[in-house]
Amino acid sequence: MRTSECDMVIVGVGGQGVILISDVIGRAAVMAGKPVCGAETHGMAQRGGSVINHTRIGCRFSPMVASGGADVLVALEPAEALRFADFLSSTGVVLVNTRPVLPSTVTCGKARYPPVQEILAPLKARCCKVIAMDATALAEKAGTAQAMNVVMLGALAGYIPLSEELILQALSLVVPQRFLEANKKAFALGKAEVE
Amino acid sequence: MREYLLGNAAIARGLLEAGVGLVAGYPGTPSSEIIETLVELKSERPPHVEWSVNEKVALEVAAGASWTGSRAAATMKHVGLNVAADPFMTLAYLGVGAGLVVICADDPYCHSSQNEQDSRRYAQFAGIPCLDPANPGEAKEMTVFAFELSEKFNIPVMLRPTTRVSHAREDVEMGQAKAPCGPGHFIKNPARRVALPSNARPLHSELLAKQAAMEEALESCPWNRLDLHGNVGIIASGIAGMYAKEAIFDLDEELSFLCIGAYPLPKKLISRMLMHVSRVMVIEELEPVVEEQVQMLALKVNPHVEILGKEGFIPREGELDYLQVRNAIARMLGKAERVAMKNADVSCLPPRPPSLCAGCSHRATYYAMRKVFGKNAIYPSDIGCYTMAIGMGTVDTCLCMGASITLASGIRFGGETEGICCSLGDSTFLHGGMTGLLNAAYNKARITVTILDNSTTAMTGHQPNPGTGMTATGEVTTQVSIEALAKALGAGLVETVDPYHLDETLESFQRAKDYPGLSVIIARQPCVIKARRSGERRRSFQVGEDCIGCKICLDFSCPAIEFEKDKARINALCTGCGVCAAICSTSAIREVAR
Repeated sequence: MRTSECDMVIVGVGGQGVILISDVIGRAAVMAGKPVCGAETHGMAQRGGSVINHTRIGCRFSPMVASGGADVLVALEPAEALRFADFLSSTGVVLVNTRPVLPSTVTCGKARYPPVQEILAPLKARCCKVIAMDATALAEKAGTAQAMNVVMLGALAGYIPLSEELILQALSLVVPQRFLEANKKAFALGKAEVE
Repeated sequence: MREYLLGNAAIARGLLEAGVGLVAGYPGTPSSEIIETLVELKSERPPHVEWSVNEKVALEVAAGASWTGSRAAATMKHVGLNVAADPFMTLAYLGVGAGLVVICADDPYCHSSQNEQDSRRYAQFAGIPCLDPANPGEAKEMTVFAFELSEKFNIPVMLRPTTRVSHAREDVEMGQAKAPCGPGHFIKNPARRVALPSNARPLHSELLAKQAAMEEALESCPWNRLDLHGNVGIIASGIAGMYAKEAIFDLDEELSFLCIGAYPLPKKLISRMLMHVSRVMVIEELEPVVEEQVQMLALKVNPHVEILGKEGFIPREGELDYLQVRNAIARMLGKAERVAMKNADVSCLPPRPPSLCAGCSHRATYYAMRKVFGKNAIYPSDIGCYTMAIGMGTVDTCLCMGASITLASGIRFGGETEGICCSLGDSTFLHGGMTGLLNAAYNKARITVTILDNSTTAMTGHQPNPGTGMTATGEVTTQVSIEALAKALGAGLVETVDPYHLDETLESFQRAKDYPGLSVIIARQPCVIKARRSGERRRSFQVGEDCIGCKICLDFSCPAIEFEKDKARINALCTGCGVCAAICSTSAIREVAR
């Protein structure tokens, strides 16, 4: 039996802005009058490590998405998509930014970063759809590479039971006023990628 | 009105809605955002909020305020309560003035901690009530209730969120903030404030006598709830209760359910459950605190009931998750367990451990330290960002706050003849390192102590400390001199270096190594994250064509240095510290004009 309306897992690297996405969704859900909960990574792992955020819309149970339960997996970094693939439901969708962030193990030559195709192939075998985009390039096009997470939010908007209007309203509460236009542009570019 | 709040922010709201007059704490994941949120929340008469020097100090400051008629709280992470254990245990005897709440955040799975001790045991040990929230909404309501309970029974109360509550978010109903009660006065009452043996004995009896009344009061609190249905039951506490409820809903079963959120445990509710069911499963994270009591009660009220729990069903270590709980319940019911899909093969992925930031001065300090002291030296380290330098070979121990210096002393007295150079951060030194340094001087330990002074408490989110000249609320205050402290505590040689100046740092370490006594090196350079936020201008570096690909700079492990084909390359993460330029064997890394 379903225990939430929509379960998502948002992953990336510390500093990429994973928390902003869930914060916007959470606020939008509150505006829509839906119960919403989530769980975040703080502390040690934020120093360049992998970070994961659970967000559940229409849920009154625990804030953690079960393994195999995510309707959507949003990955701000390709390797992290595969690292957390176990959360995906077999009917789930993956939205992935194809721009790698090389971990220190790779830059100092101790490990190898696989070609992005090598990462996407096993993902495709585990779920219903993988949508890959260079969200970092799209954010640069919108005016600031920092808005990469908002590009991904724009792509995500079509897959969650919240209106675009409420999501944009919540976004304007979270993003500083002077960056709002660039972020709205980033949102639109992300949205166009999944249409 | 509802707001999407972080658990710790919900606790901060609860403190304001309870009219708290003072909140003191020491930063520690997952508790730090409680005080950070309080500082940001504006209210007409804000409470006194402070980052204390350590948790013992925080709890004593809070106790003093409570005895003066102000509702007070102390915040800390679970291991911080070990530091505060001394006042904690005796405050249970002495009692409170206005309500006193100890907020102690546990970290099952050691997400950001050195152990996963269960603070419910501490509350039980001290004989004080413990409130164990399952989600941010409960955490807020429990915070308000904790003060009422504390005042009703004249006893400190523990609020014990875990990481999955403190760092969960949820839509939470907001209430009215209450002004703190007016300026108070300390009322002298030696029988209740002076723990002389003659006073402590009757107070101990009184503490024991309170237990039954507290238990009775918590039988009917909103967080201990019993729903009797079928003859199979679940007893679950804290967040495990959330997993269990979800599993029962998913499995579509009519199970009896007892939710536990407040201790001492509701023996009547538990007894009713035990008399109603033939089989019961106890689901709780970490220690079998509930399960042990259930076992004991069952002997009295229904010895035939089958009790399942830690043995074979629910792990005693780590954090629980939904599937574990669901499958344990399914197994008890003889239903099919949910088998997760075969794990994705992630062997092609590079590991991504947390690491020191590009340009972090700790890396530069450790580089110089290692170069001077060599690979045979012993390097006790401490609690902070710098443990992430474990790959550099300069982190041989990490035990608890300040233990680097004392372990180093013990290692010397234990007979070690190699060089011993320990290290700890500025905040850690001020928290728990000062007494160790004093002890090292007093007992003539021949060691070198390196204070990695990045002028903040970085790991937990950049909280100020007495070395920064800034209070929790951003007021300017006395800036303590770490040099003067080190000298006053008895160090023979005290030198301060800028770790970005490699030559100067190497020379300083050499003098410390040669010094025939206790030496202290203060390596001072602001945390790069803070420096970047304050808009410090960066220098730019580039690798020239003359790079011979020797990879010496790669061994420095700065994330800003990459290797492409046969040459090093500086990427966009570079903060311009320039240390790699000093390390480069052919001077191929050079500053470029911008």
